[in-house]
Amino acid sequence: MKKKMSMLLLLAVTLLIPVSLFAAGQQESDGASAGMSDKPVVLTLLIDKTSQIDGFEAIAKAFEEKTGIVTELEFQPGSIEGENVIKTRLATGEMTDLLYFNSGSLLRSLNPERNFVDLSAESYMERIADSYKQTVTVNNKIFGVPVDAAMVGGIFYNKRVYKELGLEIPMTWDAFMDNCQVIKDAGKTAFIGSFKDDWTAQLILLADYYYVQQQVPDFAEKFTKNEAKYATTPAALEAFKKYKEIVEKGFMNSDFLATTYDEAQARLASGEGVHYDMGSWVLDGLSVNYPDQINDIGFFAQPDNKPGLNGTTVWIPNSVYLNKNGENVKAAKEWAEFFVSPEGIDVWMSAFPPKGPFVVKGVEFPDNILPAVKDIIKYFDEDRTAPALEFLTPVKAPNSPAICVEVGSGMTEPLKAAEKYDRDTEKQAKQLNLPGW
Amino acid sequence: MTNTTRRHYNYLFLLPAGVIFFIFFLFPALSSFFFSLTRWTLTDWTFIGLDNFKMFFSEDSLSIGFKNTFIYAFLTTAFKVVFGLALGIYLTSAIRTRDFLRAIIFFPNLVSTIAIGITFNSLMHPSRGVINQFLATIGITGPDWLGNVHLALLSVIGVDVWKGVGVATVIFIAGISAIPEQYYEALSIDGGNSFDKFKHITLPLVRPAMNSVIILALIGGLRLFDLVWSMTKGGPGFTTDLLSSIIYKQYGSGFYGLSTAGNVILFLVVSAIAFPVYRFLNSREVDL
Repeated sequence: MKKKMSMLLLLAVTLLIPVSLFAAGQQESDGASAGMSDKPVVLTLLIDKTSQIDGFEAIAKAFEEKTGIVTELEFQPGSIEGENVIKTRLATGEMTDLLYFNSGSLLRSLNPERNFVDLSAESYMERIADSYKQTVTVNNKIFGVPVDAAMVGGIFYNKRVYKELGLEIPMTWDAFMDNCQVIKDAGKTAFIGSFKDDWTAQLILLADYYYVQQQVPDFAEKFTKNEAKYATTPAALEAFKKYKEIVEKGFMNSDFLATTYDEAQARLASGEGVHYDMGSWVLDGLSVNYPDQINDIGFFAQPDNKPGLNGTTVWIPNSVYLNKNGENVKAAKEWAEFFVSPEGIDVWMSAFPPKGPFVVKGVEFPDNILPAVKDIIKYFDEDRTAPALEFLTPVKAPNSPAICVEVGSGMTEPLKAAEKYDRDTEKQAKQLNLPGW
Repeated sequence: MTNTTRRHYNYLFLLPAGVIFFIFFLFPALSSFFFSLTRWTLTDWTFIGLDNFKMFFSEDSLSIGFKNTFIYAFLTTAFKVVFGLALGIYLTSAIRTRDFLRAIIFFPNLVSTIAIGITFNSLMHPSRGVINQFLATIGITGPDWLGNVHLALLSVIGVDVWKGVGVATVIFIAGISAIPEQYYEALSIDGGNSFDKFKHITLPLVRPAMNSVIILALIGGLRLFDLVWSMTKGGPGFTTDLLSSIIYKQYGSGFYGLSTAGNVILFLVVSAIAFPVYRFLNSREVDL
């Protein structure tokens, strides 16, 4: 009897608590909607704090002048912490109206059909390239609008030093290694390693995908079905061997494990380091922080020893997604339309010089285009590009940065690293419940 | 008032705390056991039995993680006990700047662990870090504290000891101060020297304090996360991965079921070590 009484009491209290919380929440949201009518509509946009803030601020300003709708930026810390913030906010219904995030494989992990507005019916989609749309399409629904230009991964190099040492752009991996040797003998860092920011270590692997795609065209498809592996596909294994050669020949700066992405840019700009394997997003930082040296920077594709093949791997632009469950879906749609309109892209380019071709049709480049971007556009014009693997398959090894650091610093052998990479992809495939795993 | 109503009345006082404990501790803890058996996306889940545990144990870096976690927990505990005891004895002796020194020793505890991690990250930079610049002035080429595969974990352990020794010292000071002065007097009369005092009086009687230090440091070490994450993120490669950082990385990749299974395993490991150690230590305590 006694027990029953106290149990009942406990039950009553536990039931009461959520009710009172609910009531409190209700009051709050009532207040918010009442105030809506006389206040301007405020859109919130969640972006990565390391990415193109200036561009988004310029867009926000121009959009407010045009429509009176205010865009407020919110920041997330990027990398793994940033993804945690995004996933948690989505799961708890606290997401901003607009979200800046990767296109391709990572989008799948955000459950787009549940969380984002389907933009397939929007008229501006006609002006957007299919190569981009594919990467934000899930079950025939298009979920994103592209941010900035398509980007490439490969070698950014210091042209001034190349001229001083009389070097030519290498078309094969061996020629590249020879160039590195000359640079090393001249007392400079041939290949800048910035493994303290471990994601930067992945670039050799990711930028090498052009050669995999050219030699094994169905690699991505088979990789998704658990039929092709890095360790057993010679063309794919090649990238891991490149890591080994660089570290064994001592081409990197001695403190490559303590060097960060920012420090690497400083070294490339000053010419203390000559090659940096990176994506064209690095031009943002370089053009802002080293405006006097930016014209010394050039680009060439990460070479390979396969005869006759030389090309670069492309990163499809990241996207802005519209929160389906947000309060301002209509305003958010207007924002997206403005963002990809010729007017919006001009505003964007006023804040950032373009880093490559846009995936929106009919964009005119300004005259003051950077030398490195001229190098990049050549690859597009000559059709020597392939999309990065992450845009062709949802399977990506979550520990890829650490695995690349291991092989890139000589802790593991290339084959071991490739096998580890393959095993690591299994978790991702199982989480996504892909057939064949 | 009858006995029964009085007892109900007592329960009522327990209720608020009980409800909070249930909602914020017991319920999440119990539900984690359930979610460790599912493939979970935070919004929906599929029951997959023990697959998560199988996958967790086949994790490549897991053996490194276990090894590092044990090395970390035992080394930090040992250093904290030794240094804490030494400092505790020193700071209970009659020295002039005693209070000031106590404050200095305790100070690192007032700073957030993440801030300490970030600070030491730059202090330990191989070329620009203050530590190596200092070593260079006396003619030593310092190593890459956090980049060297063999040294990185020890560097993090060093920082942990620097930070955690303050608490150990405070506990030891309390333990030592509680020992009655008469014992020492008696030993002096019998002709014992300072070492005898330490060995025959301080050491046995400070045992309860030492046990607290050991248990706190051991549990803290086994489930440490913030310091290693802010200093190395488990790197370079996987060389400083602890169980907790492996779990966090899985969580960050969106493998919620898998990382929850990892947490259940971590919970079992911590209990499997902490409880026997606790019982063993308690069985050897001496009463004052």
